[in-house]
Amino acid sequence: MAKRIDVKDLNLFYGKFHAVDGVSLAVPPRNVTAFIGPSGCGKSTVLRSLNRMHEVIPGARAEGKVLLDGEDIYASTVDPVSVRRTIGMVFQRPNPFPTMSIRDNVVAGLKLAGERSGKKLDEVAEQALRGANLWAEVKDRLNRPGGGLSGGQQQRLCIARAIAVQPDVLLMDEPCSALDPISTLAIEDLIQELKKDYTIVIVTHNMQQAARVSDQTAFFNLAGVGQPGRLIELDDTERIFSNPTQKATEDYISGRFG
Amino acid sequence: MSTATDLNRPAAPPAFQEINASRRFKNRLATILVAGTFVLALAPLVWLLITVIAKGFQYVLNADWWQKSLAGLTSRQFGGGVYHAIVGTLLQGLICAVIAVPIAVMVAVYLVEYGKRSRLAKAVTFTVDILSGVPSIVAALFIYALCITTLGMPRSAFAVSLALVLLMIPVVVRTTEELLKIVPDELREAAYALGVPKWKTIVKIVIPTAMSGIITGITLAIARVMGETAPVLVLVGYTTFINYDPFGGSMASLPLLMTSERLTTNEVGEARVWGAAVTLILIITVFNLLGSLISRLTSLKTK
Repeated sequence: MAKRIDVKDLNLFYGKFHAVDGVSLAVPPRNVTAFIGPSGCGKSTVLRSLNRMHEVIPGARAEGKVLLDGEDIYASTVDPVSVRRTIGMVFQRPNPFPTMSIRDNVVAGLKLAGERSGKKLDEVAEQALRGANLWAEVKDRLNRPGGGLSGGQQQRLCIARAIAVQPDVLLMDEPCSALDPISTLAIEDLIQELKKDYTIVIVTHNMQQAARVSDQTAFFNLAGVGQPGRLIELDDTERIFSNPTQKATEDYISGRFG
Repeated sequence: MSTATDLNRPAAPPAFQEINASRRFKNRLATILVAGTFVLALAPLVWLLITVIAKGFQYVLNADWWQKSLAGLTSRQFGGGVYHAIVGTLLQGLICAVIAVPIAVMVAVYLVEYGKRSRLAKAVTFTVDILSGVPSIVAALFIYALCITTLGMPRSAFAVSLALVLLMIPVVVRTTEELLKIVPDELREAAYALGVPKWKTIVKIVIPTAMSGIITGITLAIARVMGETAPVLVLVGYTTFINYDPFGGSMASLPLLMTSERLTTNEVGEARVWGAAVTLILIITVFNLLGSLISRLTSLKTK
């Protein structure tokens, strides 16, 4: 559990469009790394490339290396399905499976991987829902559809679903942008707890959120429309928000950009 | 020295105007036009339904009608029933569905999940479009030429089912394709991110999400092909006996019974034709109701 990620000279493309240019960064285990930057700078694209979700989009491809504890996930012998089993993901909009109950949503990953034992699945469901701080709210209605929960609960359900398969890394793509402040707070608290067991990378548009939840922050920027996004600076969150080395970073976090 | 003040005078000129006469007129005209065409479109349907029910409903109230065939009855004898034709219609429709539905659903899965905008997918879509425009008589003659003339099969209910397959596939492909398209990509991505392979995502996540609509589409398509007349006229002989064997012998069906008994120009023939018409409409209605019931039972719930 909880492995480190090393990205080496990663270039990402959508068809002929060069979306991200030469990103290299390191994410230590049991650590929260936040990706910030303006829209279109490629931070979500980089995040999606960390568990090979990038290539799901037709025409998208990646060049370079992403090492998980030294093992290249882009090696030609690696099955992308096994990469995604090891590196989980939570999306911007909560997306529980509409045909499944709350319990079945949580254990969907295990069930679809062939786990049959109802007892084991029940245990995993409870553990994951407790881990996502949702157990108390849903324990009496585990067989109700997941779509009946509130937006914030649905997002925690999706987090429970992601941690139920016991990944080494958890990627979060703006997990709070569709939620109200109270649900956002619940998710942020949860991130702090999950940090004990998982390596977490989170993309956020909310700089206060980045400052609150992350240990280190990566700032991405792009030179102009149609230009590839680049990693400008990666440092401890405290340094980034108090004393960044790059002027672009300072301009962005202090609201002087564009 | 009194200055007459009009107390009813508005404090300020109104900011908004009334609807002017020309707009009011146009609105009324459009309303009348829309309501009028609605009535115009509905009238023949209602008229048809009333005629069929008025002329045929009395015959289907008899229990014999649903349980007996016309075997041994001459064209001057009342009595008997259309059980033989109901069996034929259901059997032919069912065999058709068993063959057509898996093919059509898999074609739709290919088009939406794998083909996307590839050349092969475009060719398949084009073929399906053409197939959906093929008249049923052409489908029937094609099967006749292929199976009966070339392969030497006898005329049979199975040949009818094959012709119906040609008519059913494009309908089911189209509806399934549309329904798979509206399944949000986010659900596919959620499954991929859990380490679920693509085929399993399609089978366990995408298709179940679209299932309720797909079932409705399939029942509607079955109901539609059961009323087709050209294939039964060309590909199978009429009989008044009950035949359960789709591969051999003549087999009646409701449309075939109607076209055959139409030639009996007396009250008996009239009774059989109108009665069969009511029966066919009833069966198709039951199928449609069944479809919406199943789709309601399998539809996505949030509570």
